[in-house]
Amino acid sequence: MPRIHRRKLLQLSGAGAIAARTGGMAAILATSRAPAIAQTATVHWLRWNDFVPASDVYLKQQVIPAAEKALGIKLNIETINGNDLQARTTSAIQSGSGPDVICGLNNWPQLYAESVADVEDVVNEIGKAQGGFYDESKAVANNGKKWLGVPWCVLGAQIVYRKSWLAEAGATKFPETWDEYRALGKKLKAAGRPVGQTLGHTFGDAPTFTYPLMWSYGGKEVEADGKTVVINSKGTVDSVKFMTAFWKEAHDEGGLAWDDTNNNRAFLAGTISSTLNGASIYLLAKSKPETYLDEKGKPMHLDMAHSPLPKGPAGQYGYHLPMTNMLMGYSKNQKAAKDFLRWMTSKDVYQGWFNSQGGYSVGATTIWEKDPLWDKDPVMLPFRAAARAGRFPGYAGPAGRQAAEGLSKYLVTDMYAKAVQGMPAEESVKWAEGEFRAIYRA
Amino acid sequence: MAVTSYPVSEAYAGGPRRGAFTRLLEDERWLALVLLLPTTLLLAIFIAYPFEKGIELSVTDSKVGVPGVFVGLSNFVALMDDSIFRTAVWNTFYYTIVTTIFKLALGLWLALLLNRHFRGKAVTRAFVLLPFIIPTVLSTFAWKWMFDPTFSVINWTLFRVGLIHGRINWLSDPDLAMVSVIIVNIWRGVPFYAISLLAGLQTINPELQEAAAIDGARPWQRFWHVTWPLLLPVTMVVVLFSIIQTFADFQLVYVLTSGGPANSTQLFATYAYQIGVGTGLLSQGAAISLAMFPILLIVVIVQLLYIRRVETH
Repeated sequence: MPRIHRRKLLQLSGAGAIAARTGGMAAILATSRAPAIAQTATVHWLRWNDFVPASDVYLKQQVIPAAEKALGIKLNIETINGNDLQARTTSAIQSGSGPDVICGLNNWPQLYAESVADVEDVVNEIGKAQGGFYDESKAVANNGKKWLGVPWCVLGAQIVYRKSWLAEAGATKFPETWDEYRALGKKLKAAGRPVGQTLGHTFGDAPTFTYPLMWSYGGKEVEADGKTVVINSKGTVDSVKFMTAFWKEAHDEGGLAWDDTNNNRAFLAGTISSTLNGASIYLLAKSKPETYLDEKGKPMHLDMAHSPLPKGPAGQYGYHLPMTNMLMGYSKNQKAAKDFLRWMTSKDVYQGWFNSQGGYSVGATTIWEKDPLWDKDPVMLPFRAAARAGRFPGYAGPAGRQAAEGLSKYLVTDMYAKAVQGMPAEESVKWAEGEFRAIYRA
Repeated sequence: MAVTSYPVSEAYAGGPRRGAFTRLLEDERWLALVLLLPTTLLLAIFIAYPFEKGIELSVTDSKVGVPGVFVGLSNFVALMDDSIFRTAVWNTFYYTIVTTIFKLALGLWLALLLNRHFRGKAVTRAFVLLPFIIPTVLSTFAWKWMFDPTFSVINWTLFRVGLIHGRINWLSDPDLAMVSVIIVNIWRGVPFYAISLLAGLQTINPELQEAAAIDGARPWQRFWHVTWPLLLPVTMVVVLFSIIQTFADFQLVYVLTSGGPANSTQLFATYAYQIGVGTGLLSQGAAISLAMFPILLIVVIVQLLYIRRVETH
């Protein structure tokens, strides 16, 4: 929004006052502009409920007044459950009204390409100033025609585990391969300390586990042409067979119904020994050392460490959850919202939010890897460069609309969940193939 | 209806002149039209328009933010090949039939009990309604905690009293997840049956029961030959409403399982929501929703015909 200078303000308020005195509301309407006092633009920013609550507090207590001061806007931040963001986005687009900026997860922006404004100018400016964006950030926020949003951050996904419990099961370090992890998990489960993993319909922990598992066995949903579905391969079938056995031998079988919060609670309650997650479990335990204690009464966070997902026969992969701020096409506040995105993602402003995350997310640009924050806590180091190691759903093709559809329908996750529930691996893969073919054919 | 004209009294004749509109309303046909207008408008805005919009969407390939073009019935044809849709159809029938049987049996039983005279009857009746009064999302969240894989109070209790030695994965096992959503639906639906059937029971003249008792009818015979036939029309209406609501159920399953694990509790409504609203494939979501319509229409027609037959006899 343009800044209103003193002279302009006097002119406007004078016009409004004179109009109001001489002709009332009719005269105000005749001037075709509202009195200056009514011109403060409101930018409505919709986000998920952050897994680091301190960041939501920071945004509301620090960023809102700062935005008002710097941009002259009223910033309205709304937070909802991450699993409800897509529904809100759809209804906002269809009704043509709603938040001006929506912070989408994964590659959801690809689903809304026709309904978001191009923000190339902001992206170029931020990218240039901050060492460029990660490939993953670009893959999800750009559809080859335009920038669908300003990449916001990447949430690293790493396995968090209890060091002492793994040591008691004979592991001096975290397993490097899936087979080693399975063997260790078997011992842990026998000791009443199973591995925890969701295979449920939830946006984060389920796909960030199942896609890399498939990739590490050589499976992929589609060829590089983005058309030929190749999920029904030996690699995928092998990965499903592995997971079925791994599940029975090593996992907490309640995980089939977990959402993104269940494994956090289970880990902190001491019912699981390891789980794929963002750093939220560790950060919460660290922030409340007197609340979260291990069985010896010591702060649980001291017994925690992080590791990437293990290697498979075809390599080691990760999938780290990106977030992108989409400027919605229906917004009446295009300029104010774009100014806000430029300001919010600028280094100085972003720094405060980044600090509040404590390493839970890395910035979407590469400078944040070099931030002094990473020198403070070695347990957080595996998250530092996580965004570089990522592949994204749709691999080997683009992370486009079809990939987003497959992800939103939880096809890869359900492929594993079905096999774990008893369906032969070949059949569950065939089922996923049929579903992916329907998507990529359309 | 025949209209009889009465001589107008002097006082009335001398009153203020009635406007043209008031005179128009003197005609019952116009009055009926005016009285029906608000309801018609509400139905048009909130039922007919969305329904028409749904049909319109289902024959296009529209996605979120993309209007799409006419594609005929291809969305419905595609559904035939959709294995998740087939699962959702089976689940919806299973869910509706099982819950309806249990809700009817338990609701009737409760209604018969509540129809007796006992101390604290009014308070008991009020408490029975609680599951129905509490917003579904709220009560379902409470159930979700009770079924939680890690912190289930049900498991804890069963474990403490020695009935189980391991954990029951209520929402993680596909069969148990369906059982869980069925239990919650029955818990929530029984009060509706109980109170509606209780209202029906209270319209039955007690003298009929007394006459049957004098004739030597035993309690079961009195129920089967006197109460049940007289209660049947009310029962049919209650069952009709319940089937429609259960068939299109959404909130309960969405909160409890989101259709999982691996679509084992996916219903028509939850799948339509996931595809249409979640994934943004509006036309496919509309087609899934509309696939419910012919089934519900048949249920409604059959039941209304049956009710008419019962009332005629």
